Amino acid sequence: MRHWGYLAALIFVVIASFWLEIFLKVGVLRRMKRLIYSIAPIALLFIGWDSYAVWRHHWRFDSTQILKIYGAFNIPLEEYLFFIIVPIAAIMTLEAVRKRRPHWIIGDENVGGQK
Amino acid sequence: MSYTQLAILAVALSAILDLFIVRTRLLTRRAFWTSYAIILPFQIFTNWWLTSRNIVIYDRHQILGPRLASAPIEDIAFGFALILGVLSLWVFWGRRGVAVRSDKNN
Repeated sequence: MRHWGYLAALIFVVIASFWLEIFLKVGVLRRMKRLIYSIAPIALLFIGWDSYAVWRHHWRFDSTQILKIYGAFNIPLEEYLFFIIVPIAAIMTLEAVRKRRPHWIIGDENVGGQK
Repeated sequence: MSYTQLAILAVALSAILDLFIVRTRLLTRRAFWTSYAIILPFQIFTNWWLTSRNIVIYDRHQILGPRLASAPIEDIAFGFALILGVLSLWVFWGRRGVAVRSDKNN
């Protein structure tokens, strides 16, 4: 079980946010193209940061608490998933706020119309 | 650069992205700060889990020292930059007409 330590945190984030997709119908996962365009550039920068930090020994991961599946730059799988799951959770939160407070401006209103 | 320096740089870059590059100006919007206020406790909890159990271990020479719920204070900046960067691009692409409505994929 110990190897699931990091993944447990990610599962928590998924449970804490993805219900918004089901019950509040924020429709984030249905906007896959926009999701990928928004997450990919930022995730790449953070993975770059992560690999630099691991290389420079700013931080390291306890190999007994991860699944020990490593991707590029010797970064654990969980870390890659972190940079996908956390952004999705953040976007779902913003869209949930929009659902509950439709009059609050976010900045992408009036698409195709006048600014 | 230390973790502290990189964390400050990341927040600055995400703010520049939001305010001057894609000009989504989320930093001026109530909807963003409300979302962030909701996200922050979850972030602190997740950070606490990862650091108190030593799943992620920091070199103490690379951080200032103060900790919040066991995590280095820099983690707050790290999370803030990640969230602002992604949300800024999300709004940017929405403004550009990419998958604006939740019932459409394009």
